[in-house]
Amino acid sequence: MTTTGTVNGSNEALRPHAEDAFAEELKALAAADDRPRPTRWNLSPWAVATYLLGGALPDGTVITPKYVGPRRIIEVAVTTLATDRALLLLGVPGTAKTWVSEHLAAAVSGDSTLLVQGTAGTPEEAIRYGWNYAQLLAHGPSRDALVPSPVMRAMSEGRIARVEELTRIPADVQDSFITILSEKTLPIPELGEETQAVRGFNVIATANDRDRGVNDLSSALRRRFNTVVLPLPATVEEEVDIVSRRVDQIGRSLELPEVPAGADEIRRVVTVFRELRDGVTGDGRTKVKSPSGTLSTAEAISVVTNGLALAAHFGDGVLRPGDVASGILGAVVRDPAADKVVWQEYLETVVRERDGWKDFYRACRETTAGR
Amino acid sequence: MSGDDAALLGIRHHGPGSARAVRAALEQLKPDVVLVEGPPEADAVVELAADEQMRPPVALLAHAVDDTSKAAFWPVAEFSPEWVAIRHALERSVPVRFIDLPAAHTFALAAAEEHERESGGDAGGEAAGAEGEGAEGEGGQEHEDGTADVRVDPIGVLAETAGYDDAERWWEDAVEHRVADEGGDALAPFTALADAMGALRERYGDGGHRNDPLREAHMRLRIREAKREFERVAVVCGAWHVPALARRTTVTADRQMLKGLPRTKVEITWVPWTHRRLGMQSGYGAGIASPGWYHHLFTAPDRPVARWMTKVAGLLREEDHPVSSAHVIESVRLAETLAVMRGRPLAGLTEATDAVRSVMCDGSDVPLALVRDRLVVGDDLGEVPDSAPAVPLQRDLARTQRALRLKPEALERDLDLDLRKETDAARSRLLHRLRLLGIDWGEQTRGRNSTGTFRETWRLRWEPELAVRVAEAGVWGTTVASAATAKAQDRAVEAPTLAEVTALAERCLLAELPDALPAVMRVLADRAALDADVGHLAQALPALVRSVRYGDVRGTDSVALREVAEGLAVRVRVGLPPACLGLDADGAREMRRHLDAAHQATGLLEDQPIKDQWAAMLTGLANREGGGDSSPGVSGLLRGRAARLLLDDNRLDTDEAARLMGLAFSPGTAPAEAAAWIEGFLAGGGMLLVHDERLLGLVDAWLTGVPPEAFNDVLPLLRRTFSEFESGVRRTVGELVRRGDAPAPAVGAGAAPSGFAAVPDAARADAVLPVLRLLLGLDTGADPGRDPGGATGGDIGGGPGGDIGDDLDDDPGPPHLRGRSQQAHRPEQSETHVPEGERR
Repeated sequence: MTTTGTVNGSNEALRPHAEDAFAEELKALAAADDRPRPTRWNLSPWAVATYLLGGALPDGTVITPKYVGPRRIIEVAVTTLATDRALLLLGVPGTAKTWVSEHLAAAVSGDSTLLVQGTAGTPEEAIRYGWNYAQLLAHGPSRDALVPSPVMRAMSEGRIARVEELTRIPADVQDSFITILSEKTLPIPELGEETQAVRGFNVIATANDRDRGVNDLSSALRRRFNTVVLPLPATVEEEVDIVSRRVDQIGRSLELPEVPAGADEIRRVVTVFRELRDGVTGDGRTKVKSPSGTLSTAEAISVVTNGLALAAHFGDGVLRPGDVASGILGAVVRDPAADKVVWQEYLETVVRERDGWKDFYRACRETTAGR
Repeated sequence: MSGDDAALLGIRHHGPGSARAVRAALEQLKPDVVLVEGPPEADAVVELAADEQMRPPVALLAHAVDDTSKAAFWPVAEFSPEWVAIRHALERSVPVRFIDLPAAHTFALAAAEEHERESGGDAGGEAAGAEGEGAEGEGGQEHEDGTADVRVDPIGVLAETAGYDDAERWWEDAVEHRVADEGGDALAPFTALADAMGALRERYGDGGHRNDPLREAHMRLRIREAKREFERVAVVCGAWHVPALARRTTVTADRQMLKGLPRTKVEITWVPWTHRRLGMQSGYGAGIASPGWYHHLFTAPDRPVARWMTKVAGLLREEDHPVSSAHVIESVRLAETLAVMRGRPLAGLTEATDAVRSVMCDGSDVPLALVRDRLVVGDDLGEVPDSAPAVPLQRDLARTQRALRLKPEALERDLDLDLRKETDAARSRLLHRLRLLGIDWGEQTRGRNSTGTFRETWRLRWEPELAVRVAEAGVWGTTVASAATAKAQDRAVEAPTLAEVTALAERCLLAELPDALPAVMRVLADRAALDADVGHLAQALPALVRSVRYGDVRGTDSVALREVAEGLAVRVRVGLPPACLGLDADGAREMRRHLDAAHQATGLLEDQPIKDQWAAMLTGLANREGGGDSSPGVSGLLRGRAARLLLDDNRLDTDEAARLMGLAFSPGTAPAEAAAWIEGFLAGGGMLLVHDERLLGLVDAWLTGVPPEAFNDVLPLLRRTFSEFESGVRRTVGELVRRGDAPAPAVGAGAAPSGFAAVPDAARADAVLPVLRLLLGLDTGADPGRDPGGATGGDIGGGPGGDIGDDLDDDPGPPHLRGRSQQAHRPEQSETHVPEGERR
């Protein structure tokens, strides 16, 4: 197996797998866990939920929270896996879909590496099986010549398989999952055999629900999944925190000159994004139209990073409203006709009236007029 | 709770588990009398509960006789333990008595309390309502003000003790989801709950519920009274009261407490109630979040979760969501597994909702909101028999009718109201309010002889079925004003279109319902914000602006209204230019109407920046590219209209107008497009052509240049344009054209159109002035601002619909005067005039 090497050498790995990074916690949980475990699960559903949400064990071990958000979401996700229905994690970019999926797999099967990365070019072989052609030509079709996909291995070993970005996979390839999920079997017509899934097998898929140009799931496939939508950060504070932390990291890795990260501007960007996304102002008093763009936290991060680069290289080194205005405009106005109205309305009815937002209003007006 | 004592059945109001337990207990006890916590005044109407027409949810409504706005409700649903007990007793002909403190005292006490803390700002009327619910089970929550901290939520304390963070969930697990063990003692759960409450009461006393000692004293007295008469007595009351009712006290002590309580005269009746109003969402004190779910739990014979999921699937299918039986199966499985994981005995509403969201709704909250609204809360509407005593609304209406000397008569008659008179204004208000409530006693007709805003004419006719409508409207409130307010707020939320909400706002002003206005305005602002159709916004604007002005006239505080109106104007302005792109002929004509309406409305707003920005938008519109084959442009109709509106407002001089017209008539433009431009530019008055020969010349030159094959296409458009002109104007234009190229325009100020001298005769012009003054009322000191058309001086010949300004234009006087003012333009005019002659 090609993956064993990295698992063993995890100490040097740039980014260790979840099951290695949190091995201690998983061990402590398994020791303390006296609740019934589904077949081939390393932990009981309750312990899996605790692993993700954090908590303290009777022996004093502190489990760090891996996911900060509504408890309900993790509970539904874990329970779904226990009911042998597949789990679909939906959300806009930056809502920790992959992160949750990895930790779920690590906690349930102790293995988060059975992964299919969905792209527009993902072939059927990545989901079913491929052939070792040298073997195939030399000895004819046999189990030895067969190269199992991560999904097939998960089926035979009773583990969790992960599929990233399910909706990026072409529709006909997606449909390979239908047999796997409904019949729990993978026929191999070339050999006249099949691989049946054993207990403990399940699939966690992630997908971006507001991205354009993706292959929407067929209803047949959708029916096989329980869907959990991972929400965007619940409060402004949380989101501002996430954005400033990420901006800081990115800034360092891009080796941008030090710019005193304008906390005010970050808050402003986050506020604008949240208000337009939620369709209501932060004080809950005025409704606004929502543009067609996603306006995810990830986009807010890129707007601020852009602004920082502008300020550092072309500005006076301080993040100013003008530096973020064009970035915001670009993120908001995706459809030149409809979104522009949305944005102008927002500017005129919300931004203009707000205290301390005069500079920002002016900067935005200038940028908008220039288009 | 021993055999010789009364059986105290402590319950939680509106708990289906409690209701089941009460039914089982009553069947086991077979009491001779059932005592229920509730106002004793209701003893008189309790028999109605057995009536065939009675269908819960209903509420006991007590109100003070002299003031129907003082009222309290005791709502009961099918799953309320009280209702179960009442029905159980009535079916077996066992007497039912209510034992709580009489409403007569509660009202008087509440009034006194209100008086006491007038400055504290506590809503006394509502306090009476909440008190009436018997807030034991869920109290504490609604009194967020000063008194909240001392009030104890007993269920919350018990839940906390049991390690639950959510009181509702603890109650569900501990009580509602208990499956009654067959053959066991039906009283056991009550004993357990009574013990728990006893411990709580020891610790917290009356828990900050001020009137509880009084109420409990009264209940004890009534129980003793019943015990003297009957052998087996069952008492159904809030669990909170059980320890106090079981306590041994002396009769004299209880009597002493109740001595000298103030009282008011009250009446009581049953009114229909709704599940929605039982819900917390509606802000009512009954305080249960999920009446529909409770109703389901109470009525489902078995497998409540599976049945619930089937219901949900049915609802979603009705709304065109593809939900299969497989979905139902998976939802049930998920809900049950979730319950196990969360360590709950049975899947509750939380688990069911999580499962529905995840399996049936693809993780989306949108269809889930539907489930919540229609099933979890539910639409159930109760019914009460016709024989129930009159609702307070009826009394209030009768009293108002008497006070205003407005008798309900079947005979149709007309009523002229002069709103400057106090009584007539009140009558108008009453009629408007009744109309809002759907009680169409009066119909507003056009006044016979007066167009003044202070007059209204109504046609009155009282039909017998209106009495039914009044009874129905009783759900909304206890007085005409409060009912109309509630109804208006509700209608605002339900209204399908924005224009309807604006119309409602106008009616709220007419009916003088200031309390309804904020809610209506809120809805209006929200709708306006989300409505992407500029047409809707533009339609809504005029009524709103009228309301602002009307509010000013009536002295209503219309700040909120004005803000909304200005916000709407801004939205229309921002949204209009993109909306004008790529319209077909019909669409453009529709948009022109919106443009005119919005323009007029914006002109009436007293905010200069808004007017300036509006004009800037119009300028942009007038200068836009026309529509081509490849790119969508702005129709000529709209561009022409924008140019005209600007010209009328003196924001565009005639040179610029001529330039725009020249552009529109350039050879490259399709004739139909140019004809549309003319239509837009000339609609609503052609005097312009009479006064400015240059413009006429341009039109004339273009018209003669239209190729024969295209002429047939543009003819209908032109005909429509010119047929709208006054006949005098048409004739003048015709004469001017016939005169043809006669007057060779001379350089300088000498050029004069036919019928005018080269130099105005000042003496003759002055002779007209006195008459003109008289017409305009300049000397008489009358308020020229009364009429919107007359007030805006720039609106010369502009406004559609022909207001006074229009009429004046056609008067021979003013053109002459205007001819003077236009002298200034003459010099340039003559230069461009030359080619006209050549082309001919």
